[in-house]
Amino acid sequence: MLDNWIWKMAWRDSRGSRKRLLLFLSSMVIGVAALVAINSFGDNLERAIDEQAKTLLGADMSLERDEPFAPETEAIIDSLGGEQARRVSFASMAFFPKSAQTRLATVRAHEGDYPFYGAIETSPPEAAKSYLEGRNALVDGSLMKEFGVVVGDSVQIGNASYRITGELLKTPRESAAIMLFSPRIYIPLAHLDTSLVSFGSRAEFEIFFKFEPERNVDPDALRDELDAHREEYDIGMDTVSEEQENWGEGLGNLYRFLSLVGFIALLLGGLGVGSAVHVYVKQRLETVAVLRCVGAQSKRTFWIYLVQAAVMGVVGGVAGCVLGLGVQLILPRIVADFLPVDVDFGLSWTAMIIGFGVGVGVTLLFALLPLLTVRKVSPLRALRSAFDEKKEGRDPARWLVYGLIAAGLVAFAVVQAQDVLIGLSYAGGIAVVFGLLALVAKALIVLARKYFPSSWSYPWRQGLANLYRPNNQTLLLMLALGLGTFLIMTLVLVERTLVSQIQLAGGEGRPDLILFDIQPNQVEGVTQLVSDQGLPVVGQSPIVTMRLHSVKGVTIESMRADTTKRVGWAHGREYRSSYRDYLTDAEKVVEGTWVGAYGQAQGFDPGDAGLPPVSIEKELAEQELYVTIGDTVVFDVQGVLVPTVIGSIREVDWQRMQTNFFFLFPAGVLEDAPQIHVVMTRTETDEALAQLQSAVVQAYPNVSAISLSLILSVFDDLFGRINFIIRFMAFFSVLTGLFVLAGAVMVSRYQRIEESVLLKTLGASKKQVFKIMLIEYLFLGVLATATGLVLAYGGSWALAAFVFDTPFIAAPLPLLAALFVVTGLTMGIGLFNSRGIYARPPLEVLRAEV
Amino acid sequence: MTDSVILDVEQLTKTYASGSRTLTVLHDVSFSVHEGETLAIVGPSGSGKTTLLGLCAGLDAPTSGAVRLNGIDIGPLSEDERAAVRNQHVGFVFQTFQLIPTLTALENVMVPAELRGNRKAGARAKELLDQVGLGDRLHHYPTQLSGGEQQRVALARAFTNSPKILFADEPTGNLDTETGETIQRLIFDLNRSADTTLVIVTHDLTLANQTERILRLRGGEIVSDAAPGAASDAVPPSYRAVGS
Repeated sequence: MLDNWIWKMAWRDSRGSRKRLLLFLSSMVIGVAALVAINSFGDNLERAIDEQAKTLLGADMSLERDEPFAPETEAIIDSLGGEQARRVSFASMAFFPKSAQTRLATVRAHEGDYPFYGAIETSPPEAAKSYLEGRNALVDGSLMKEFGVVVGDSVQIGNASYRITGELLKTPRESAAIMLFSPRIYIPLAHLDTSLVSFGSRAEFEIFFKFEPERNVDPDALRDELDAHREEYDIGMDTVSEEQENWGEGLGNLYRFLSLVGFIALLLGGLGVGSAVHVYVKQRLETVAVLRCVGAQSKRTFWIYLVQAAVMGVVGGVAGCVLGLGVQLILPRIVADFLPVDVDFGLSWTAMIIGFGVGVGVTLLFALLPLLTVRKVSPLRALRSAFDEKKEGRDPARWLVYGLIAAGLVAFAVVQAQDVLIGLSYAGGIAVVFGLLALVAKALIVLARKYFPSSWSYPWRQGLANLYRPNNQTLLLMLALGLGTFLIMTLVLVERTLVSQIQLAGGEGRPDLILFDIQPNQVEGVTQLVSDQGLPVVGQSPIVTMRLHSVKGVTIESMRADTTKRVGWAHGREYRSSYRDYLTDAEKVVEGTWVGAYGQAQGFDPGDAGLPPVSIEKELAEQELYVTIGDTVVFDVQGVLVPTVIGSIREVDWQRMQTNFFFLFPAGVLEDAPQIHVVMTRTETDEALAQLQSAVVQAYPNVSAISLSLILSVFDDLFGRINFIIRFMAFFSVLTGLFVLAGAVMVSRYQRIEESVLLKTLGASKKQVFKIMLIEYLFLGVLATATGLVLAYGGSWALAAFVFDTPFIAAPLPLLAALFVVTGLTMGIGLFNSRGIYARPPLEVLRAEV
Repeated sequence: MTDSVILDVEQLTKTYASGSRTLTVLHDVSFSVHEGETLAIVGPSGSGKTTLLGLCAGLDAPTSGAVRLNGIDIGPLSEDERAAVRNQHVGFVFQTFQLIPTLTALENVMVPAELRGNRKAGARAKELLDQVGLGDRLHHYPTQLSGGEQQRVALARAFTNSPKILFADEPTGNLDTETGETIQRLIFDLNRSADTTLVIVTHDLTLANQTERILRLRGGEIVSDAAPGAASDAVPPSYRAVGS
């Protein structure tokens, strides 16, 4: 079948087009590169997590609690034996006397030889152990840089001052990203200012175990043994295997996002190849006809082009693998800060083989569709230049290729998403988009013909008529431009959504500094301090921690005992609730009546008279606790049972950076419960923010402050790195789209030349000729882009809602920009291709075998 | 010319669907051509000349009737079987030369022989290109050749497989008079030396008059079939207004 002649002809026939083919292939190269880079990164990451599993936890097992361990627990801890180390962690303001500046930090007070596996890396290295020997501290490098402190300076935490003996470089269990949000400071537990972890403060008490290997202790088996005790005393437990799993899941969104990028990049590649081959084949029809005339069988001519496509696929696959390996050298560096382990570069043969295979497969599949035309080329075409191919009936091979593309797309999507449902949705989504684009193109052709505006001026009528006249490029350009726009803009919108999710603080009057852990007797002083600095108190909330005791008369305990009952996170979690007599602008009651003050309810019939009516957040009520107006809920407020009734259900805008609550109590119920307070303010300038932070930490060391602008800048930095990858790929995709467009426009060039010259001969001015062409491309550009954008809007909404589980943020500006840019480029390339037409004498053009 | 018939056309009819109408391009056409004979098919535009050529050469299938090429009834053959017949028995020269733009002159001439698996295609092609006076332009691409040179390459390609019959569709139609005459001479010289049958579709009466027989078509039917200069071969004035 594949004789020498086919190979020879494939090579000869590609002359003069090789560079162009390689250019078209660039989209495929980028797609394969993305795939190889992402997949081998995934492989390397998985391997690194497996290899370094123990260092993830730093121990064989850990127990943790929000309060000091009870004597009963201590007895168990004693009996467990092994090597043990303790740690108390809490958020606190750190004050650097050298610069008189403060910053919220996570303080970890250690005792013992933690970590047992892996190591704390410090500069100088010996500080990692020696800091435990006195009033010393290890401070996160970023924090030291931020405040210009060096080893030997001091830091104050609470009322205690510590000498900085080392810079924290790397710690087990914590990625650099986490450190950026809340930098770490390590101090010896023995020198902790215990007032910082007094009752009501938020602190985490942990104990780490390292068991002697000969004891063969299985921490996962221990977990089951300790289950009852852990539940009773609310103790968390971590083992190596669990930590490993958690990281795998935690990296899921990052990996899913990168996979989506890979999927889209490869689809764009396929689209580029498909369009390129379509153009290429159109230019080769005469050659095919001549070959048929001189006796070439249709199969052999078909094979010539299939071989070319296969070689393109192989070249694209190999180039993509090489580029992918290059990107893979950079990728771990870009995302290293997100990761808990060092990911070394390693050649992942699986990723290479998959990338290469998918590259060749996608190239062949997408090339096959336009190539099928070759089989049906009649030799008569060589005799008559204006030969019209017979309309063939349904070509079974075409349907077979459609089927193969669909199957390939589904398989690839499922493999890439690593989730059948998400994979099927990706593939289904693309199919729907493709179908809709084709539908819009067909509708456009029909509508332009049916409702042709005969009153328009000649150039407009002619330009519009070009959309439906024979050999029009409407369908091709709608699909290529529309799908390209859709894919790129979906990525842009998803990225915007993920970034916007974080950009919560902006906006007039919104708080940008939150002071928390304020004791009730400090509220007045803190608000006064804020006012003294000339800053507004934007909000203030008391926070009372509580758990659910029973819901609708059924206790959580009995629910847990009953295996038929579903007990979710919402039943067992600790709630931080508040009370007040008003609703904020982020809250809206959707059911029931909000009662601000208990005992003064007007027209409210709780159904269970006398109980305080609380307001519950809508999703929690409907999707987790399954409660509605009138249902009773009993809270365990730090040992005291408080029965309530659901009085209202409200929607909460969680995106607003202010203190929002699942449960909101009316005033008059929780005033006497143990509580802490939060005060919010808006500082406007960095100087004001720094001054207030310093003043607060000096007057009230236990009060912590978190600056939202800092969080924003950190997120911007992290997303900036990922954006770099996305934009890099999007840039190539757009470039590919342009080549595809240029190719598509080129096919119509000859036809347009003839028409334009005819018009010129008939007396049309240069301006009129160009106007007609410009109008045609304007229609095509606007309609294809607009359709792609509408679909991208829907697609990214669906991705945000179902894949990334985050509210969709509409970004109208990029959409508008895309509309102008893509349409402008379409018109620009169209005109560029038509350059020189008007300058040519009619006779020359009309005579030439164009 | 021998007595054996190389091309036998019997009651050939070709219709096309044109919208809701059926357009009859050829109607009940019958004639035969003997081996070594030279024949010109002439007629006004739209008379069915090119359609007839296409059917005779097996490029298209008739609606009814039969075409026997070198004794093979090509009507029932599949497209691929017809391609094999073309490769073995037929040579083509087109008005627009139809060289493959990505192939050099030599490679263009080699194609028909290569398709047969002939390993000595190159030598034969060089020989033919020498014969048409292009021995020094072997490695030039079509765009680097003049119209006349391109048509000479096409001629060499047509003779590569030593076809039994050569079909030429307006071979001088795209050339100036002088070049046209050169090509004309070449066609007849090569035809004679290879002892090939020649069927030419043309508007050019000088060319037509050089053949042994002229078949006139009008409205899809044969209106005369005679040697040039014969009484029935009076050329109607309308034919003089040539243009394709």
